[in-house]
Amino acid sequence: MKITEEMVDYVSILSRLKLPEEEKAKMTGELEQIVSYMDVLARLDTSEIEPMSHVFPVRNVFRADEVVPSYSRAELLKNAPVPDKEAFLVPKTVE
Amino acid sequence: MTWEMVIGLETHVELATKTKIFCSCTTEFGGAPNTHCCPVCTGMPGTLPVLNEKVLEYAVKTGLALNCEITRYNKFDRKNYFYPDLPKAYQISQLYLPIARHGAVPICTESGVEKDIRIHEMHMEEDAGKLVHDPWIDQTRADYNRCGVPLIEIVTEPDFRSAEEVIAYLEKLRSTLQYLGVSDCKMQEGSLRCDVNLSVRPAGTEEFGTRTEMKNINSFKAITRAIEYEARRQTELIEEGKRVVQETRRWDENKDATFTMRSKENAQDYRYFPEPDIPPIEITEEYLDRRRAELPEMAEEKMIRYQAEYSLPAYDAEMITGQRALADFFEETVALGAPAKEVANWIMGQIMRQLSAQGMEAKDMTFTPKTMARLIALVSGGTLNRNTAVKVFDAVFMDDGDVDAYVKEHGLEQVSDAGLVNTAVEEVFAANPKSIEDFKSGKEKAFGFLMGQTMQKLKGKADPKVVNAAIRSKLGQM
Amino acid sequence: MELMELTALELGAAIKKGEVSVPEATRAALNRVSEANPENNAFITVTAEAAMARAEELQKGVKDASAPLYGVPMALKDNICTKGVKTSCASKILGDFAPVYDATLVEKLEQGGNVLLGKLNMDEFAMGSTSETSYYGPVKNPWATDHVPGGSSGGAAAAVAAGECWYAVGSDTGGSIRQPASYCGVTGMKPTYGTVSRYGLIAYASSLDQMGPLARTAADCAAVLDAVTGKDKRDGTSLGGTYGSLLAALDGKVKGMKIGIPDDCFGDGLDAEVSQAVLAVAEVLRARGAQVEHFALPVMEYVVPTYYIIAAAEASSNLSRFDGVKYGWRAEGYEDLTDLYNKTRTEGFGAEVKRRILLGTFVLSTGYYDAYYKKALQVKAVIKKAYDEAFSNYDLILTPVAPTTAPRLGESLSDPLKMYLSDIYTVPLNLAGLPGLSMPCGLDQNGMPIGAQLIGPALGEQKVLNAAHAFQMDTDFHKMAPKGGTAQ
Repeated sequence: MKITEEMVDYVSILSRLKLPEEEKAKMTGELEQIVSYMDVLARLDTSEIEPMSHVFPVRNVFRADEVVPSYSRAELLKNAPVPDKEAFLVPKTVE
Repeated sequence: MTWEMVIGLETHVELATKTKIFCSCTTEFGGAPNTHCCPVCTGMPGTLPVLNEKVLEYAVKTGLALNCEITRYNKFDRKNYFYPDLPKAYQISQLYLPIARHGAVPICTESGVEKDIRIHEMHMEEDAGKLVHDPWIDQTRADYNRCGVPLIEIVTEPDFRSAEEVIAYLEKLRSTLQYLGVSDCKMQEGSLRCDVNLSVRPAGTEEFGTRTEMKNINSFKAITRAIEYEARRQTELIEEGKRVVQETRRWDENKDATFTMRSKENAQDYRYFPEPDIPPIEITEEYLDRRRAELPEMAEEKMIRYQAEYSLPAYDAEMITGQRALADFFEETVALGAPAKEVANWIMGQIMRQLSAQGMEAKDMTFTPKTMARLIALVSGGTLNRNTAVKVFDAVFMDDGDVDAYVKEHGLEQVSDAGLVNTAVEEVFAANPKSIEDFKSGKEKAFGFLMGQTMQKLKGKADPKVVNAAIRSKLGQM
Repeated sequence: MELMELTALELGAAIKKGEVSVPEATRAALNRVSEANPENNAFITVTAEAAMARAEELQKGVKDASAPLYGVPMALKDNICTKGVKTSCASKILGDFAPVYDATLVEKLEQGGNVLLGKLNMDEFAMGSTSETSYYGPVKNPWATDHVPGGSSGGAAAAVAAGECWYAVGSDTGGSIRQPASYCGVTGMKPTYGTVSRYGLIAYASSLDQMGPLARTAADCAAVLDAVTGKDKRDGTSLGGTYGSLLAALDGKVKGMKIGIPDDCFGDGLDAEVSQAVLAVAEVLRARGAQVEHFALPVMEYVVPTYYIIAAAEASSNLSRFDGVKYGWRAEGYEDLTDLYNKTRTEGFGAEVKRRILLGTFVLSTGYYDAYYKKALQVKAVIKKAYDEAFSNYDLILTPVAPTTAPRLGESLSDPLKMYLSDIYTVPLNLAGLPGLSMPCGLDQNGMPIGAQLIGPALGEQKVLNAAHAFQMDTDFHKMAPKGGTAQ
């Protein structure tokens, strides 16, 4: 599988990473090497096989609909990089 | 050329569970920012979601009520995107195996269109938080109180051809959800929100045009206007030889127009994959049977039954069953012994009048069936006449006051003592010989005058039937 | 009595008998940490004061204590949430993040009377096989400080090997407990997926992550597992009460046990010294009455690509929450929201983490999902089935842990694919959810430890531990201690 810089740009946008140009070229090469190696999987015929997302047959795990007191706001906010008494702050978002 | 609009709806409904979908924080509306939150719903590292059993229950019931096939083997998936109202940067939703599919909602519009709106699918997911811009600090505040409130998203096929059909569907949907008790559907609190997908095409053609999506419109009025605006905009574009761009547009209530939502990093690739933290859900036949058994009688069934069982006119039955709260009120009052037609009249007359005067929704009404039944009993027992009863009703409606105490306190008991009535009639006759002459010479109007004078003398508290009879008998003797 | 040479269970017994106090043991460990940490960089955070206070507190209750590891000082990998104690995942992006909650495992350890000495260094977000990708600098192997300790739980393995604590808890997504245990000559175990609650473990790949102990012996591992396993209502993937006390049932009986050796794990790329030492384990077990057979496990060429696709995909999603908004570090000089995200994440994550995020984003993106991610989930089913079939014939499987002993510092990072390939023997257990233990079984010609891996069927912890215990009853490899310095 050929990995192009455009593909790296695209996944960079999706994952909110912005690699400097020289890093990008190196990363493109490494990803191509890794992805090409992964193409070995194509050798295996899996057309009849269900994808397995969960390895054990654990099913139907639920919680009762009972309220537990929420956390103190000050606790939840204390690791925020920009301090505020009420909320998490971000630059102006317009929609 | 005549153009036809083709519309599909995605409706988000907040479920009326006590707690959030994946943690035990309250879903209560309001509250100071970030006070209904915990490490799970604020996406703290290391935390894990555990599904609220009520969410599944409500979703399955809704699926059944919308005539859907319930998916027996369910999974949750992650929908990945960055936005500050989504603290994990993924929304836990369902893509590959949604809880319900292939349903149908029959609608009937005011102009008489009857059709089935097909449901493509319905899935469970979590709501996002709220962003509020603070101009003083020029920063946006993220409040995660709504984060993790359970939602179901109901996606229709593109089966609507007018705004009227859309509204008929939404009204039906709202009534159904309220009957099920799975959502309060308060549009002003955002518990029912719509995304409208719309395209236009020449009438009579099959092929779909390019569609646009209008997100989060939150009133029926706005939906109608947005649809009409957008259909007109698209039609004009095409007629001018321009192209409709497939995009998401924002409905601006104040400007009465839709606007394109441009964002710099607009690559829409959500990279859905199965949520590894939540084991699959298997729905058994037994589970489905239990949910089926819990389904309440819905509006249409009640409507038919009210006509058959209580001989209500179709119009009354439809009005009362239009809202579950009214239907419940009706049934509970009848169960207390009040005559059905009487109850229906009170609901459609005085109760509806009071609700609209108070700007109140039926389900928020504190006036109880017990009080209603008592009031009706006082009228039929002759203690109150109808006009007085309405006055009493108005006085006790808001705080469900004690009818008997009020009547007593204000001395409103109806005069049924024949002696008192006869004395009053005699006094009126003595004072109005002219009217008696008029009546004898054939002027029916004079009877009404005598009647009014007597009622006035009795301070309106007499049973008009008794007064009427007394006057007639006195005139007969003359 | 040389305290630091005791096993965790021996120290626990000595504390119970009053031969040594909890504060004495804790002070001895803290002294050893201040001596060794400048050399091996195993700890990111040392909680000396809190540890001493806790030790004093525990000493008061020592008479009523029943837990076998009561009062025994230990340390946690720095991706396990500890209330009020910095939990960094060895990443710049988490800054001084101090969780407001404890991991379920931490609560359980506290109930068992542990003394927490601090938080251990690791590969950033547990992504790596050498513990060199840490923002806090590489961990050095106590056996030879010019060698890596393995990863990603390199700090945990190094700390136990260097005698800085009696046991540690690490996490294992593709071998991150077993491989460093092997490189550092200690015993480490990844239990069956779901036996230890993941609540409070900062996720790398949720379907593969599992926490487990690193210690001197299999018996110590059994004691730690007894303390931390069990169903947790906060983790939907945790399994119910599945076995009684592993320690109580630890009898070292392997008579009649069928042990399979997959020839596919002893082929090209495996160092001859490693191969020899691992096969010698089979002979020790055979001498105790186990039956040993060779068999084919023809899925090995698929395990690494399958693992890296699934792990990277989940990681790309799990690590999206680190964006400079809610906790941790935020970049400076951003213009708007997108720029804030881009700058924080680009500057906050190291190269290996970024590589896996991009790879994971790629395999999930439109057009590639079916060919890579979905395909990997299908192959995972094939791999699981191959192991299920093997376990219908065998009680245990014996393989190497890694193809070589610990490489030198700086050797691995230059070629990421080569580093990924070295995970071949450990990753299939994570894909299939199986328990596996790494134990020392020899030294190579440079004096570096060699590890053997015992693999059990799902919930077969007891069998694995019994076989390892049997081996350790008959051999002294687990008693070897690093002499320090650089390699011979």
